[in-house]
Amino acid sequence: MLIRNNVRKLRFNHDEMTQQQLAEKVSVTRQTIVAIEKEKYSPSLELAFRIALVFNSPLEEVFFIEKEEE
Amino acid sequence: MSYQEKKNIVSLLGSFLVFVLYGLYVFQKNPVGSIDSAYTFSFWGGVILVLIPVSIVAKIIITIVFNMIYRITTNETEPSFSDELDKLIELKATRNSHYVFTLGFLVAMGSLVIDMQPTVMFIILLFSGFVSEMVGGITQLYLYRRGV
Repeated sequence: MLIRNNVRKLRFNHDEMTQQQLAEKVSVTRQTIVAIEKEKYSPSLELAFRIALVFNSPLEEVFFIEKEEE
Repeated sequence: MSYQEKKNIVSLLGSFLVFVLYGLYVFQKNPVGSIDSAYTFSFWGGVILVLIPVSIVAKIIITIVFNMIYRITTNETEPSFSDELDKLIELKATRNSHYVFTLGFLVAMGSLVIDMQPTVMFIILLFSGFVSEMVGGITQLYLYRRGV
């Protein structure tokens, strides 16, 4: 199973929020936002909730699971 | 390339430089062939004890100089804190580093078991310390580039 996300799309829909702005709002470095968007890192549950709160969206709208094809 | 990746590369080069320069300095004073084993132990004890502050001071200087150059060349300030990704990567790097040093320690003890000189044991210990540091740095670099 793969953990996917809509962070980039949500940033764009929220006045084209920059990665740095999002990073500051959720108290992480920009590098971590870059890693999350590139799906190189699955954030902790706490960070995932913080990101969802920034976008005022339910968690499953920001992060979702995609089943790998066998 | 991110700040963390650049910092890791500089740190790896710095560690390599410190080890090579200090190794050359020690090599000139190495009491190989000395039959006075008490002197051998005190010599290598001193080498290890001096290496610790030398490498700490060198790392502090390298970090300060790197941050200055980074600020001048990119007009950005370095991150002032470590977040959860940094801590996770650091933990994984420390784990790999410890594995390598433990292996080196066992090899060093093995050298004593097969009746090699104490000098060989100390060289293996120092070298495994160096390799474990490099493995830690390379692990960090790999995880920052490829993801966790």
